[in-house]
Amino acid sequence: MSVLTRKITIDPITRVEGHGKVTILLDGQGRVSQARLHIVEFRGFERFVQGRPYWEIPVLVQRLCGICPVSHHLAAAKAMDGIVGVDKLTPTAEKIRRLMHYAQIFQSHALHFFYLASPDLLFGFDAEPTVRNVIGVAIKHPEMAVQGVTMRKFGQEIIKATAGKKIHGTGAVPGGVNKSLSKEERDLFLRDIDQMIAGCRSALRIAKNYTLDHLAELSEFGAFDSIHLSLVREDGAMDLYHGNLRAIGSGGQIIFDQVNYQTYFDLLSEEVKPWSYMKFPFISKLGSEAGWYRVGPLARINACDFIDTPEAEAARKEFKALTHGKPNHLTMAYHWARMIELLHAGERIKALLLDPDLQGDDLMAVGERREESVGMIEAPRGTLIHHYRVDRHDQVTMANLIVSTTHNNTPMNRAVTDVAKKFLSGTTITEGLLNRIEVAIRAYDPCLSCATHALGQMPLLVELRDGEGRLIDRKISE
Amino acid sequence: MKIENDIRILVIGYGNPGRRDDGLGAAFAERIQALELPGIAVDADYQLTVEDSASIAQCDIVLFADASVNGPEPFELTPVQMPPCVTTGFSTHGLSAGALLKLSSELFGFSPKAFQLAIRGYDFGDFGEQLSERAQGNLEAAVAHLTPLFQTGFRRFS
Repeated sequence: MSVLTRKITIDPITRVEGHGKVTILLDGQGRVSQARLHIVEFRGFERFVQGRPYWEIPVLVQRLCGICPVSHHLAAAKAMDGIVGVDKLTPTAEKIRRLMHYAQIFQSHALHFFYLASPDLLFGFDAEPTVRNVIGVAIKHPEMAVQGVTMRKFGQEIIKATAGKKIHGTGAVPGGVNKSLSKEERDLFLRDIDQMIAGCRSALRIAKNYTLDHLAELSEFGAFDSIHLSLVREDGAMDLYHGNLRAIGSGGQIIFDQVNYQTYFDLLSEEVKPWSYMKFPFISKLGSEAGWYRVGPLARINACDFIDTPEAEAARKEFKALTHGKPNHLTMAYHWARMIELLHAGERIKALLLDPDLQGDDLMAVGERREESVGMIEAPRGTLIHHYRVDRHDQVTMANLIVSTTHNNTPMNRAVTDVAKKFLSGTTITEGLLNRIEVAIRAYDPCLSCATHALGQMPLLVELRDGEGRLIDRKISE
Repeated sequence: MKIENDIRILVIGYGNPGRRDDGLGAAFAERIQALELPGIAVDADYQLTVEDSASIAQCDIVLFADASVNGPEPFELTPVQMPPCVTTGFSTHGLSAGALLKLSSELFGFSPKAFQLAIRGYDFGDFGEQLSERAQGNLEAAVAHLTPLFQTGFRRFS
């Protein structure tokens, strides 16, 4: 039977980190058959770094993302540790890097919550866009808004102190770090840390209460069973800087566990679809239909056995109690999970600041040169993979990067499809539907890969295809 | 060199220096920093974000420096107005200069006089760390034009 398909395209969905487009496909009866989130991911970077000396890479890759350059900096540095044959950093180097990373998690999660998520949660999906924004939060909840700004600034200042600069930091180098933290810097951060942790508690309370108060609604909003993947420590604890790969099924059963990430390519594959520039990763042995998975805060809270900081662990137990210890599959539970991680990052930063190893001067380890290495880290948005080969002239010959947002490609498309099926009425896109699609995508905190953002330019690619996939029109708006 | 009446000026250059001429804002910030003008604080970042509202609330004048894709050559300098309303982006974490002024006003009760410097660039398509030759020329023109304005606290700006 031939089925006619009509298309409704929502645009523009275009901002600084890149640009995207949502296409809703209708079947012959006017029902939603599929919704697609198109993301223009810039993969040219993998070629750009070829031929560059390996020691430049941890600095260069920060250009990939304007919001989490530290994640790329550290993932690349970890890969280059392997290239210089270092499997274990000095205690000072590892702790400085961890401090940098947890500060990155802290500032990114705080920014996402206060700037992007809290307007949705505090004012509701149907509130006027002119109210449902950060200025609305500043007017109605000024203390919370100031807290959010202060927390973001706190994280950024730690990054500056550990990476050397806020932009293009150089702190992590192959085999270690190039600076430790002075006592003066430490004392400055210790002065504010308890206030920061108090801010984490408030944010967690808002996210948790919102989820519990709207449970029925959220259970019907982009909620679907999935596999969850993340790094975990050898004892099963959450570890955002280093660990081994674990994947759990929708019921919590182990799919694989404690796999050394140097062999990630034996586990994961990437599928290409003609309508998207971004690939669709999946667990190879399960195939693309059954093997797609989620990453990021929700996946990490679901996958780990425990969190090794007391307040975040108590919060995790509360989170897991809601689903009787099984994985939580609500898209909107990402916000709650993200705030548990925010609290964990605050606690972890405090513990690190109190560790005298941060003032050590043994910054570098050495080893025997290798040709290939993988660096992996749990970035704010999820598992981040950097894989390089370096020749005997010290030049990079191959780079493969799988970023967090790519892992979440299929889940984001599922969430958009679910929302479109439930909230599209007839052939008119209402403000309510538009809002809900954005809310569903925003829960994953996607980073759409840094495009140029220069004044006056907001590139948007719009494609119109018929039911047989033929291109009818193609426009780039500027 | 002294800034008139001890006016506090903040220069924020933003953009991605890894995308050729998109790095004009950061390059401008770097050049101004190197001049070591008294009373002028300089910052650079990939984009403007919420915490910049705290910084700009502590100065009298803020200059936002960015690259321009199709603006006038060699650059354009315009006052920044607070927009009547601000909406949350789909996924971006960055704010416009006007939105930052509004946020600063709401959160900290003050927003400084603000200007947008838009330096014309030409090459935004590739990864690369160097400005194009024409963009470099525009940067020089902007630095030459702005330096005396910094000294007078933008009093002569019209």
